[in-house]
Amino acid sequence: MTTAVAGELRAKSAELQGFKKVQQLAYECAEAVAARLEPGITEREAARMQREWLRERGVRDWFHLPFAWFGDRTAFVNFRIPLQFFPTNRRLEPGMPFILDMAPVYDGYTADIGYSGSLGINPVQDKLMADLEAHRELILREVRERRPLREIYEDVDRLMVRQGYANRHRAYPFGVIAHKVDRVEQRRWSPHVFGFGTQSLKGLASDALHGHREGWSPLWSPYRFSDHPPQPGLWAVEPHLGFRGTGAKFEEILVVTDSGDPVESAFWLDDDLPHVRRWAEEK
Amino acid sequence: MTVPVTLENARERRVRTGGVELCVAELGEVGQPTVILVHGYPDSKEVWSEVAPRLAERFHVVLYDVRGHGRSTAPKPLRGGFTLEKLTDDFLAVADAVSPDRPVHLVGHDWGSVQSWEFATVRRTEGRIASFTSMSGPSLDHFGHWISNRLKRPTPRRIGQLLGQGVKSWYVYALHTPVLPELAWRGPLGKSWPRILERVEKIPGAGYPTSSLPTDAAHGAWLYRDNVRARLRRPRTDAYAHTPVQLITPLGDAFLSERLYDELELWVPQLTRRTLAAKHWIPRSRPDQLVAWITEFVTSVEGGRPDGVTATGKYADRFGGQLVLVTGAGSGIGRATAYAFAEAGARVVAVDRDAEAASRTAEMSRLIGAPAAWAEPVDVSDEQAMEKLAEKVATEYGVVDVLVNNAGIGLSGSFFDTTPEDWKKVLDVNLWGVIHGCRLFGKQMAERGQGGHIVNTASAAAYQPSKALPAYSTSKAAVLMLSECLRAELAGQGIGVTAICPGFVNTNITSTAHFAGVDAEEEKRRQKKSARLYGLRNYPPEKVADAILRAVVRGEAVVPVTPEARGAYLMSRFTPRALRRIARLEPPL
Repeated sequence: MTTAVAGELRAKSAELQGFKKVQQLAYECAEAVAARLEPGITEREAARMQREWLRERGVRDWFHLPFAWFGDRTAFVNFRIPLQFFPTNRRLEPGMPFILDMAPVYDGYTADIGYSGSLGINPVQDKLMADLEAHRELILREVRERRPLREIYEDVDRLMVRQGYANRHRAYPFGVIAHKVDRVEQRRWSPHVFGFGTQSLKGLASDALHGHREGWSPLWSPYRFSDHPPQPGLWAVEPHLGFRGTGAKFEEILVVTDSGDPVESAFWLDDDLPHVRRWAEEK
Repeated sequence: MTVPVTLENARERRVRTGGVELCVAELGEVGQPTVILVHGYPDSKEVWSEVAPRLAERFHVVLYDVRGHGRSTAPKPLRGGFTLEKLTDDFLAVADAVSPDRPVHLVGHDWGSVQSWEFATVRRTEGRIASFTSMSGPSLDHFGHWISNRLKRPTPRRIGQLLGQGVKSWYVYALHTPVLPELAWRGPLGKSWPRILERVEKIPGAGYPTSSLPTDAAHGAWLYRDNVRARLRRPRTDAYAHTPVQLITPLGDAFLSERLYDELELWVPQLTRRTLAAKHWIPRSRPDQLVAWITEFVTSVEGGRPDGVTATGKYADRFGGQLVLVTGAGSGIGRATAYAFAEAGARVVAVDRDAEAASRTAEMSRLIGAPAAWAEPVDVSDEQAMEKLAEKVATEYGVVDVLVNNAGIGLSGSFFDTTPEDWKKVLDVNLWGVIHGCRLFGKQMAERGQGGHIVNTASAAAYQPSKALPAYSTSKAAVLMLSECLRAELAGQGIGVTAICPGFVNTNITSTAHFAGVDAEEEKRRQKKSARLYGLRNYPPEKVADAILRAVVRGEAVVPVTPEARGAYLMSRFTPRALRRIARLEPPL
């Protein structure tokens, strides 16, 4: 019995290590690409730089292909249809904010990360990033309290309004603040449709089917289908703030378990990430 | 006791140049950057008597009477004695006398600006001028090109612009008739001119114009005769400015169309535009605003590039540096309005009873372009607190240029469920808050006598009756009528009043609204439901803020925002009975 639990724990921690590794790799990629951005680069070029950097390091499949948003596209100004998320020929200018968002699959483990920065100084985005810390704390606290996801979503919304920001993750498909990620089977051929890897979509669809039967959803949205306590698993959480044409987000994996101990029941997969380090430095 | 700085006790000297003797006055410390003020027609340097002493606090201010004006002597003969070349000689002589080794900052109004354009665009003054602030006087060369461009390519719009300016220039043609203008100025026109200025241009008398007016005006006619025809017919093709230029355009100018400056970027590489809701004689009617803009511009040129965030908003030319006070600035429309003004470069006072929310608004305002922003936690329904606030704002930040009375609360429920306390509460905030704001800050504006604007947030409920909102609608209807009456009263003083009437806007007014006649739980449910409905409607407060800025720029009286508010406004005028039927509907809560 004990050996079984221990074995499970070991398997679990090995699995978490796998996710941690790919998340670290993705953030390394974001930092490397961000450092190479210069005036005149287009969103398409920035997206390609991310793709090439990760391919060189062994990434073959994607949850979704890398995105890059510059300027007021970081706040999804006037976004009406999902196609507008795809990188455009918008050029980067000094002082412009940017967001890099990628979801590589490596060794069968998925990561989904978001990295916000600006070319030179952008005080507004700095402020947005600083204010995101409160959201990271709020989300973790309320998940540990086992509050229904829909209510947590509303609390994040309220905090944003109090801070004076607009909720921009509302613009994502289904208005999600987070979605489940999982292990993906490695195939020799890994096609993608509309930027999303078919293997990952398959996983998401099967989750959605199971969830539908059991009363939960792999998408964490403001809608009724998210009116359930946090489902154990790995959630890529992406609160996205917008303020008058400037946007900022982070995205990282939150681990939710069925443990009775609050601290064990939910925790961020990795605390050694650029935005977390930044908040620590500012203190 | 120190003697107040005025033009009368300025240091005077006389500068000889090209056969005339110019009367030059100096104010302020000599070591400071030198600002030379050049007057227009028909004026003398006394036109600057309000501006110069205020500028002298920071700068070495120099004024001179243009040849033939005030106490400077006139050239003999007059004909040919007023060419731009000779005026340039005069300027260089004055500049060399007062600031031999440092370039000067030039400020010109009317003909002073016309000649300063010449100074700022000819080669021989290069290195002598650090910056140029132009008001109400275009370069004759640019003007010549402007006309010929329109004649060469006459589109309907361009012909309209040409005709518009053609009509405004009637006095230029009149001044080209021989002898008659001189006779008129020395006779009846000269005598009645102060009264005309006071009545038409709304300029307070107070020692202006001076007694030299008839001779100034008679001599000055040669400014036109010597230059206008020659320059308009054959404009210089190299009239590029070699200094940074700040262009201040009064929008109510009876003599110059603002369209004249449409292509100015071609001639001026470093151009800062400013606009002002005022008539032609802004040195008399808007001295405070001019001093603020000149100070800012001169300081930024002296110190290299101004650091910090620069305003990027659409109306930055209009609101840059102005003081804007917004009540209810902690959320919703008030917060969005504060941000919109901040983006336009205004200084913002954010008033809200929630101190934390107000300071948040102030903080973000500074980040997006406001040179300064302050939070004032005040409840607008508290008379004493508002009086204290008015005093504090006046002494610490200055006189408010734009006042936005926006704070308001919601109250819904049947008339018979609405208790006297409910009534008192909603009227205290929605109506008395506006009254206090207008009374205190409007008074400061009126006393300063340099214009301003008041915006009151009413609501579509002000003209759309509803059985669900008797108290709220009553309070907003009162705000609408108050705005209209105040607009009439303040019209003579250049202060505009606007009532904004938004429809359903997605703000937190729904979740703080009181629902009369139901228990707490039911109230909570209705708040949630109405918040959801407003969320589905999803009209952003930012759009209301844009409408507010636009209304101030255009001086509009009543501005319905959102399609439903505009529709109801039309219905209230043309089909009021249909509107009354709508008033009977039960809200879907």
